[in-house]
This record gives sequence, structure tokens and C-alpha cells, in this order.
Amino acid sequence: MAGATRTPTNLTQGGKTDAGIGASTLRPDGTLKVTGEFAYSSDMWHEDMLWGFTLRSTVAHAEIVSIDTSEALAQSGVYAVLTYDDLPTDVKNYGLEIQDTPVLAHGKVRHHGEPVALVAADHPETARRAAAKIKIEYKELPVVTDEASAIAEGAPLIHEGRDDHHSGHVPHPNIVHRQPIIRGNADEAAKKADVIVSGEYVFGMQDQAFLGPESGLAVPGEDGGVDLYVATQWLHSDLRQIAPVLGLPEEKVRMTLSGVGGAFGGREDLSMQIHACLLALRTGKPVKIVYNRFESFFGHVHRHPAKLWYEHGATKDGKLTHMKCRIVLDGGAYASASPAVVGNASSLSVGPYVVDDVEIEAIALYSNNPPCGAMRGFGAVQACFAYEAQMDKLAKKLGMDPVEFRQLNAMEQGTIMPTGQPVDSPAPVAELLRRIKAMPLPPEQQWLAAGESADVRALPGGLSNTTHGEGVVRGIGYAVGIKNVGFSEGFDDYSTARVRMEVVGGEAVATVHTAMAEVGQGGVTVHAQIARTELGVEQVTIHPADTQVGSAGSTSASRQTYMTGGAVKNTCENVREKVLEIGRRKFGTYHPAWATAELLLEGGKVVTDGGEVLADIAEVLEGEAVDLELEFRHRPTEPFDLKTGQGFGHVQYSFAAHRAVVEVDTELGLVKVIELAVAQDVGKALNPLSVVGQIQGGTTQGLGVAVMEEIIVDPKTAKVRNPSFTDYLIPTILDTPTIPVDVLELADEHAPYGLRGIGEAPTLSSTPAVLAAIRNATGLELNKTPVRPEHLTGT
Amino acid sequence: MRVTFTVNGRKQEADDVWEGESLLYVLRERMGLPGSKNACEQGECGSCTVRLDGIPVCSCLVAAGQVEGREVVTVEGLADFAKQRAEKGGCASGACGTSLQEAQQWQSKPADSQTGENTDLSPIQQAFIDAGAVQCGFCTPGLLVAADELLERNDSPSDADIREALSGNLCRCTGYEKILDAVRLAAARGENRTVGQGA
Repeated sequence: MAGATRTPTNLTQGGKTDAGIGASTLRPDGTLKVTGEFAYSSDMWHEDMLWGFTLRSTVAHAEIVSIDTSEALAQSGVYAVLTYDDLPTDVKNYGLEIQDTPVLAHGKVRHHGEPVALVAADHPETARRAAAKIKIEYKELPVVTDEASAIAEGAPLIHEGRDDHHSGHVPHPNIVHRQPIIRGNADEAAKKADVIVSGEYVFGMQDQAFLGPESGLAVPGEDGGVDLYVATQWLHSDLRQIAPVLGLPEEKVRMTLSGVGGAFGGREDLSMQIHACLLALRTGKPVKIVYNRFESFFGHVHRHPAKLWYEHGATKDGKLTHMKCRIVLDGGAYASASPAVVGNASSLSVGPYVVDDVEIEAIALYSNNPPCGAMRGFGAVQACFAYEAQMDKLAKKLGMDPVEFRQLNAMEQGTIMPTGQPVDSPAPVAELLRRIKAMPLPPEQQWLAAGESADVRALPGGLSNTTHGEGVVRGIGYAVGIKNVGFSEGFDDYSTARVRMEVVGGEAVATVHTAMAEVGQGGVTVHAQIARTELGVEQVTIHPADTQVGSAGSTSASRQTYMTGGAVKNTCENVREKVLEIGRRKFGTYHPAWATAELLLEGGKVVTDGGEVLADIAEVLEGEAVDLELEFRHRPTEPFDLKTGQGFGHVQYSFAAHRAVVEVDTELGLVKVIELAVAQDVGKALNPLSVVGQIQGGTTQGLGVAVMEEIIVDPKTAKVRNPSFTDYLIPTILDTPTIPVDVLELADEHAPYGLRGIGEAPTLSSTPAVLAAIRNATGLELNKTPVRPEHLTGT
Repeated sequence: MRVTFTVNGRKQEADDVWEGESLLYVLRERMGLPGSKNACEQGECGSCTVRLDGIPVCSCLVAAGQVEGREVVTVEGLADFAKQRAEKGGCASGACGTSLQEAQQWQSKPADSQTGENTDLSPIQQAFIDAGAVQCGFCTPGLLVAADELLERNDSPSDADIREALSGNLCRCTGYEKILDAVRLAAARGENRTVGQGA
């Protein structure tokens, strides 16, 4: 469709050839982002575009008796109103693994905020007002909100007649998936225990709360297809789900990644993608949808809230004897990523410790609560919260130092996981704990030391505090966690990169084209660094991510630098070989080194490993271009056995440890986190500046869930109570302490450059470290996140 | 209705503005200035912060009609705004002061900057890039406007001052540490400049 548009552009970065891997190279999109010119998905614009709006269910579980759209359609400025009946094909559901999520509700709604109808109009407010005129008659049904109500006799089935590939082995149709892990004999091993501790832990529902709302622009094409500009984590996964619903072949749904304002797992599932395309195809006009913040809380899945029961035993000299646990994750109304979250929660439920005898079960429920799926840490977060509390309990009962107790039981390279999988790369758990403990502590009660009276800004509660430090006590807590990297359980995980090398303006330049979703993590920076390192060029252009190139897989599971970084590296290596072939053909007769020496591309030149310059790359490539598109795979994994949980399920593990220092006002129940120090093994820091940024960001999300973040769902109605930034709190700069980071680099020989995925691990141990510090300060047991004032004051 | 106001030093007119439209909507959708971001549109996150007659405001909370005849500066005009402020004899970069000690804690390598080479950026914009304070970048425009205003009125802010000034701006990616670094860096560079070491 012709007309003026605003869409994504190339990112070109000049600079030095030494800005390769290992350098803190700056972002190629940095200038665009600080000048306001970077085109985020909500900034997409097309001349003559319409605005789409989604009408959502006001109840959690109900039959839809009738929908009357006539009055909405009659509004001036309204171009289309769509319901389930308007869907163009028989494919009316989508889903990441199980296709159970309706594009628009049909017959039933299963959660508060489920999309029911769509409106396209010439102004967003017109669309909103028209949607308010759609009349829906609901017949409310009883709600399922927890395990007891899900499996109670006569419980309403959330998905009647389900027949997905997990339905055959779950004990109840309201259970999405179940993964037991049995290894050794936990009952027998428990007899060797001198102390046994158990606990029940509750992990609240966290939201990704990325700042850039769900949004995008669908532009109908002249060929009957559609161009979709959207923020997502995996273009090709979206495409696979969108095209069948629209009744279009995949090549007629052309997707381009638009600027992504954060993701954290919340953009793995579709939100407005299909809706915008439907409206665009129906009206023949470009349609933009932008969720407001209220709608965003309904527009994406959340982190699974969980209940966890744990039992551990240890001998009096501090060795763990056994572990039993049961983890119940609430997946809400639709499956989303729940099956994989169950696999992670169970297989990582022991934590980074050696325990030979375990009895583990993890399940995810279907309920009428909001759908839950991927979020940073993906099932490992909930488990870490519980097992780390257990470690502290055991250490306390044994009279041991909590860090020494953990070190005594820490896994290392060679340890066998509860799944039977050996850990075959460095696992420096004890070392990370040593480093975190060795970091200097912040000075005692800085607000006291500062002068005679406390600076209230430094006190728990900050300026709104009504105390001057009388009841403020300090506590210190430690935690460590283990997270898998990449897609597990036999998933064919791959990524594709296209690299072109040519001469432009007398200089050899490279273009890297992938479908990787840059969601803020800095993948675009790292790709340019890799291309510079492998191809010896200065200028690298990053082509916008789109579906004109093969899949890059998801920007999740800490996998993108490993996978698409690996694909860029692999493709660059092959491009380099082609360049050298051309060089041998053109110049091989002039110098014997072309045939005999190991050749490198460095500083724009072809050089021997001895440093002798043979030619300029630009001379070699003059008149020719090398252009390759190749896939990269990590080593294969296998599914966990459905009865025993045994299997080589994970590609790689990553580890982080935290030390939290908190001050608690025990009278008011207010917490201030003074410092949250991290030590993490990253294998190889491709970009140290970005690595530290990721670790600090992940740590802060863990802090949030420890002390403030929770989506509150009414247990009687399953309605969400706090869908706004007024009521769902995320840490501000005042809530976030100094975060010193100690980066360890122990290479994993299986990974490109030895790197280790880093994005998620810091989110795991941050929460239990803060909880441990609050327990240390107050002496309270505290088994729930987030910690609220009433938990601390006993009111 | 028609609304006439000055945006980044240029007089602008918007026609057919509906009474309920926010300044944010008019900037983004009618004036082609999408730099101010629409993260919450509730005045909670600060992503849409602009200067209205010099005062930082959440543009999502300002009705378009309220800006009639007034002056707005958005992130798109920040570099020019800082430049003009400097030319008017304000502290050179709008970022004077802070102790060298604080500057010495700075660890990035400004010389490594490949980005923004040929672009006129304000000191705070360049500092955000150099400090690694930009990740997804959605909060960045609002933070830049707020931080620039802080440095304009306080050229030597303590960490507590920075935290207080930026407490209305949410960021979900960075953990804020590098944002603090960026403000410290801009302040330190401002001080260097005033003692004649150039920038």
C-alpha cells in the first residue's frame, strides 16, 4: 500500500575493528533511542490509518448468550466491528504449544479481560466509545481459582473435551501438564537425616510490566496479504500462529519487527497481532492497535503464581540427604507456555545442590485466573524462592553459616542432576558464593553515620516515613540459583543468520540480517561485534529483523546470544572462507602464503597467522559480494521421561548468587533494600557493559517480586484488582539499591566463544536473598512473596 | 478545536483536536513527534515527560487545549534546547559541576563511542549512550527530559538528588544503576568543561 509511513530502518555502526567481542561496544540504536527517533511498535504510522480497539470480558467465567454489535457499527467513524462469527477460516484458536486460545471468545469466556470483539475507527476514542456500545449478555459460571477447586468433584472443566498431547497422562483435565522426577529413594535416604525441615511457600503472580505497550500496525497488501509491523519476541512463531487464522499462506503475512519496549517473556504469546490483521483485511485500510496500560495487564500472560511444599534432610555435619517437593503452578485459563514451565520447575527444583535421592512433582493448573506463561526465569524462579528458604532453615537448625552450608552442598562440574543429566561445563556455585560473601558490606546504617538525625530519604519508606529510625534493623541474606539456557526437552532449537559482505565506497562492509527480536538486551550490538571479529571489517549494518530471513527462534530462555549470536558467528566463518577462496583465485599466484598459511581477516585486510598482510579485503571483494544464509543448532536434548523425569533435557546451565542487605522498620513494616550484590558466571562476556546491565536489570525484577510486585486476583470472582501502574508497583529508582556486580568468565566448551546465557539467572536468586535478609533482620519466617507490611507487623 | 503552541522552538498548529485529547496524543499522532512515549498514559511512569514552559510534566496528563500559546520541549528538541541554553551563557552544557571524585568513579570509555559521531546530542543524551543506560530505551526520552531539567537547576547533584528527581520515571530494564551513572557522567563532563578541559 502506497503512502507515507513510519517503519523500522537499518542500524549502521561504523567504528573500529577492535570493537569486536569482549569490548564494551555501544549500541548501534543508541542515538536513535536518545533522540526519540527510534521507531517503536506504538510509533508505527501510516497515512489514512484506522485505530483498532479490543472489547474484553468483564467477567472471568461465563457463557456468552448473545452479542449485539449493531449500535457500535452505526457510530460515525466506525469502519468495522468483528466478533468470533467474522473469523475467516475454521482455525479459530492459537497457542504456543496447545492451540487452546480463542482469537475472539466463542461460546464462553474463561478469564477476566478475554478479547470478545474488535472495532476499527478513525480515532482511538471513537473506537473505544463504539466498543462500549456493544451489548454482550453473559451467563456467569462458577470459577476455578486454585488446585482444590480445579480438581473438586463436579468442578467445571475449563477446556471440555481437551485432547492435546498432555491430556492422556494428567490426573485431571484441569491440569495442563504434570512432571514427576524420581531418582534414588528419598524415603530411604531420609533415614540418614539428623535434621529434617519442611515448608510451604507461596509465590505471587508477577507481571513483566514492560514499558512499551502491546502495539503494531497491519497494512493490507495489494496481493491480498498483509504487512505486520509489531513488537514480539519471535517473529516466526507469531507467523506460524497468525497465517492459518487469516487463511493466508505464510509468505503473504510479511512481518517486520518494530521497536520493542521490553519483553521479559510477556511477548511470547500473541496479543494484538491477529486482531490488527483481521481489521486491516476487513477494512482494506492500515490499522494500528496500541494497548493502554490497563489493557496491557490483560493483554499478556503473567508469571505463574505457585504453591510449593518442600522437605529436605541433612546430616549433622551438613550434608543434604534427600529432597521431596511438590510444586503447583497456576497456569490460568489457557496453556501458553505452562507445559515447559512445569518441565523447568521440576527439573530445577533441587537448585544448584547435590542431592541424590529426590521425589519431585510439578503440575500446572487450568483455572479461570489470568493466563500465565513465560516470564524471565521461567519456572526456576518459583523453585529458587522455596529451596533457598529451605537452605537457610537447615543451616539455622544445624547451627551452620548459611553460605558455608550451601558451599558444602554446592554442585560442581560433573554433578548429576535429578534428571540424570551430568553437568558437563563449569558450575562454580561455591565460588560465586565465596565471591559474594567476600564483597565489602555497605557501611552500617548510613543514615545514622551521616549526622545526628537520620536522612529520612535513606530510611525504609523514604520521605513518606513517619519514624526517624527508632525501629529500624538491618539484615543480610544470601541466595544462589540455577537456570537452564535455551529451549529444552528435545525442542529443535535453531537460529538463522544471513551475512553479506561487499565493497561500498571502496571499503569492505558487512550486513547482518536475522529475524532476532531485539527487545533491549543488546543483541544488535553483539551481532555487529561478532561480525567485526570474524570478518575484520569496521562497518557493520544490522538489517531490520523480519520474516524475509529464516527463523531466529525466540528472544527468551537466555538463548539469543548463544543461538543467533552462534548463527552469526557460524555464517561469518563461512563468509570468511568464501572471501579467502576469492582471494586465492585472484591473488593466489602472487604469494605462496595464500595456499600455505592460516589466513585471517583483520583490520580490513587478509593477513597470515604470522601477521603478514596479503591484501585489502576490499581488493579481494572488488566486483563480487559474498552472501550466505545458514542455520545454527545447539546440541540436541531429549524430553524428560513422563514417569521418572529422567533425560538429557537441558543444553546449558547458568548460575548467579546474590547478597542482599536490607533495613526494616519493624514498627511500620517497611523495607528498604540497601544493597543487592551479585556474582554471576557468564562464560564469556561478549559485551561487558551490556552483561552488567542485564544482571542489574534482572536483579531489580527479583527485588520487585520480593517486596512489592503482585497481580491481585479476587479469589471469589477471579477478577484482576490492580491492572495499573498505580496499583501494580514496580521498583522505582528510589526502591532500587546499588547493585555491585562481580562477573566470572568460565568458558563452556560447548557454547560459541564459551558464552553462557545471562538474562534470567539474576532474576532467580535476587528474590530469596531479599527474603533471607528480611528474615535475618526480623526473625520472622516469611514464606510468601511479596512481603507486605502486615507480614512484618503481624497485623 | 484548533490548538496553537510552540514545540521545540517552532510554532505548530493542530486542527480538529478533540477536547479530550492529551498533549501526548497531539505530539505523537498529529505532529509526528513520537519521541515522548506512551507507556502508561496515567501519569505513573514518566515516559512521556516534556517541558511545558520549562516545567517537566507528564504530557499524558495535560489536555491539549491547556497548551494553547505555550512552549513545549520534547526529547526531539532536547539537543537544540541544551545548545541554546549553553549559548545564553548558562553553564556550558547545562551540566556543570559535581566532584571529580564522583567523575573518577565513572568507568565507561567515552572514546569508544561509535554512535552519535555526527549527531548533535545534548550532554545528557551522549551520557546515556556512553554509560549503557539505554536498553530497550522506552523510558529513555522521559528520563532524559527529567535528568536534563535536574542538571539545569542542580549542576552537582548527589545520588540522593538524582534518585529523587528521577523517582517519577519507571525503567524496567536497567535496574537504574547505569542511569545514575549517566547522570553522574553528564555532571562530571559539565564540570570538566567549565574548568576548561573541553568535551
